[in-house]
Amino acid sequence: MRKIGLNEIEDIALGAALLGAGGGGDPYVGKLVAIGAVRECGEVTMLDPEEVPDDALIVPIAMMGAPTVLSEKAIGGSEYKTLFEMISRFYGKEIYAFMPIEAGGVNSMLPIAACARLGKPMVDADGMGRAFPELQMVTFTIGGMRATPMALTDEKGNSVIFDTITNKWTEELARSVTMSCGGSVSVCLYCMNGKQLKEYAVKNIITRSEQLGKAIRDLKNCTEGTPEEAFYKATDGYKLFKGKISDVLRETRGAFNFGKVMLEGLGEFKGRSAFVEFQNENLIAVVDGKIACTVPDLICLVDTETFTPVTTDAMKYGKRVYVVGLKCFEMWRCEKGLELVGPRYFGVDTDYIPVEERSKVVFE
Amino acid sequence: MYKLGIDVGGTNTDAVLIDKDLKVVAEIKNPTSGDIYDGIVGAIKNILAVSGVNPSEIKQAMLGTTQCTNAIVERKELEPIAVMRIGAPATLGIPPMTDWMDDIKKIVVAETIICGGFECDGKELWPFDEDAARAFFAGVKGKVRSVAISSVFSTVRNDHELIAAELCREIMGNDVHITISSEIGSMGLIERENAAILNAALYRVAERFTDGFARSLAELGVTNASIYLSQNDGTLMTMEYARRYPILTIACGPTNSIRGASYLTNLPNALVIDVGGTTTDLGVIQNGFPRESSVAVTIGGVRTNFRMPDVLTIGLGGGSIVRVRDDGSITVGPDSVGYRITEKALIFGGDTMTATDIAVRLGMFELGDRSKVISISDNTAEVAMNAIRRLAEDALDAMKVSNSDVDVILVGGGSIILPEKLSGAASVIKPDHFGTANAIGSAISKVSGTYEKLIDYDKTPRDEALAQAKSEAIDMAVEAGAKRETVEIIEVEDMPLSYFAGNTNRVKIKAAGDLTN
Repeated sequence: MRKIGLNEIEDIALGAALLGAGGGGDPYVGKLVAIGAVRECGEVTMLDPEEVPDDALIVPIAMMGAPTVLSEKAIGGSEYKTLFEMISRFYGKEIYAFMPIEAGGVNSMLPIAACARLGKPMVDADGMGRAFPELQMVTFTIGGMRATPMALTDEKGNSVIFDTITNKWTEELARSVTMSCGGSVSVCLYCMNGKQLKEYAVKNIITRSEQLGKAIRDLKNCTEGTPEEAFYKATDGYKLFKGKISDVLRETRGAFNFGKVMLEGLGEFKGRSAFVEFQNENLIAVVDGKIACTVPDLICLVDTETFTPVTTDAMKYGKRVYVVGLKCFEMWRCEKGLELVGPRYFGVDTDYIPVEERSKVVFE
Repeated sequence: MYKLGIDVGGTNTDAVLIDKDLKVVAEIKNPTSGDIYDGIVGAIKNILAVSGVNPSEIKQAMLGTTQCTNAIVERKELEPIAVMRIGAPATLGIPPMTDWMDDIKKIVVAETIICGGFECDGKELWPFDEDAARAFFAGVKGKVRSVAISSVFSTVRNDHELIAAELCREIMGNDVHITISSEIGSMGLIERENAAILNAALYRVAERFTDGFARSLAELGVTNASIYLSQNDGTLMTMEYARRYPILTIACGPTNSIRGASYLTNLPNALVIDVGGTTTDLGVIQNGFPRESSVAVTIGGVRTNFRMPDVLTIGLGGGSIVRVRDDGSITVGPDSVGYRITEKALIFGGDTMTATDIAVRLGMFELGDRSKVISISDNTAEVAMNAIRRLAEDALDAMKVSNSDVDVILVGGGSIILPEKLSGAASVIKPDHFGTANAIGSAISKVSGTYEKLIDYDKTPRDEALAQAKSEAIDMAVEAGAKRETVEIIEVEDMPLSYFAGNTNRVKIKAAGDLTN
């Protein structure tokens, strides 16, 4: 058990943006939501998953919607209480603690704000260990858990609880309600008990975000070796490429941003080329025609000067980036996990091979 | 008829006179003094003397100034203000100025969030709470003279901001200064609101520099001129508009250089490298206007999102310090002797090797006493010049819009240190009057109007929607002072938005034209 305050928020936001693997959107608004809540209501208590009783009701809280709408409407502040009461009433039991569903952008920050405002603890865990584009892409699905009952509310106070037959229906219904409510809503889903949490959640991911964020901030003061070396060391990352963005191709299909970013080598990669394909998040990295990393492992682009993560929205010609591969949460590598988030699910016709192996092609 | 362009920089106040055919008649540099008006008066006197032009023949006078930037960065002369956000029950989770530093936050005497605002599709989010607005304005009356008003999705519909402004005037009196966010920023409530708050706090700074400029002109007999201020998007605003929206003058310096460079070379598309004493600014000119930045811009620690040129600044200038390290490698900058170059550089008898010394040593131009740099070895000079070239080439590459080589225009007093060939450049052009490109840019600026809205192409077909948006943008440019027959559409941007119902696009159109004489 420890406290999360303003300094921790800065680091968590930065680290979570890296774990967003290109997705999760701009973390700025999310950070303000958390800072605002902690300033007003005080620091948040964070629990290690092992400190949570087996029968405690643990609930992930997140926002769904368009980043543009979020950047205008942010959050009202009463949504947390509405969700808390809906879920507690539904289960006839009070929520013990909240947790994030994913890393990156606003969703790693919202639980901090919710916990600060409600005086509840937050669990150091999430359901992805990174960001993914679809609602069923959580480790809890592997554990056979359902997304519903799912509570949804907008800032105006409209609210609804969904009980659906499949997670696909949840996605569909939630999405149309989100649009009617003005484009962004707050939700609680995959409610679980402490036992399920310990079995299926990605544990200590907030602490990892914080460590990553702190390490990135400290890179400019590194004394041993270059900041680049220090970066790979701090992140346990696999070096995939260093290059300049030479083109970005984008397309919007359904509610997703698809695209491909082309890179030309710089420094030790001079004369070589690479590309990264994305669907909100980065899916696959290809160096000189060879696959160097695929989902569910994380493909992250960071600025070569500041090492700040570059989201898919912010990619533009001329930006210089390092491409780094990070190991995904181990559970994603099982058969069920790969069915949900493996390369084939995203239309990339290749077997999943862990980044530890894949990335070797870069230096062959 | 003549146009007078003035640019107040950190080191020099530049002035140019341009005739009716937009030819440069005279250019001068005058040191910027502690009181910028002395500098301006000096510059105007000087250029009138040099050119022999009768001051009454000057019909337009344009000023580019960094006064607002300085006031914000130095936290000086900012006025106490009140802030009203219309958006509850949304946005309550992030009160105004959540991440502002305390020293600048204290300019806000009172703040409130009241009910109202719109959804992204223009539907009312919540009815406007008139009683709360009235109560707030009554409460701050007599305490502040300036109010900032923001509202959720006011870029889609600003009705509530306008109603609030009307109430504010009714309650606080006609002389209250009102800033509404929809007239300054684009999408992103917090950044737009931040810009509105800063703008509101600058009203007295704005009064001072507009009055000061007008007074300087009048004193020197320039009594027939319309007066304009440069904006950061490369267009002009009237004195009256500048008083209402002084924040828009921020970063007009680089913009003016870019525009001036484009004019001097007749190139509507190019990359501009403006080398000063300490830093070099690189910008891109597209269709005669600077490319806008796509990321949020931070001023004095406050994040904003209003129109800013996309400028890359690197630590390279005429005064950049050149160092030979123990292992024989050579570094250039990022530190500089700055304005003290005339005492510090070797060619002026100083003890510090600067980028300018290297260029003189290599015979690129003549300046100061060349004998003082003879002792620099050929090898050192060449390695140092390669380092200078590499800094410029790397920055050039980062700013290019595509892979193909681009035309490069060199301007600014320090541009003499750059070689005539740069990799990545199709051509490198150093035009006449390169040293005063900024003042020229100010003098030849156009006036513009920008229209931005979310439009569902399923409801309004794209062609129809764009045609209507263009005509709105043109009307806005004419309203800002442009001759209707010269107004052109200079930018069309439509971007599909995922998650929105139907086929919603963010449409942004900008039109600009010549000033009415």
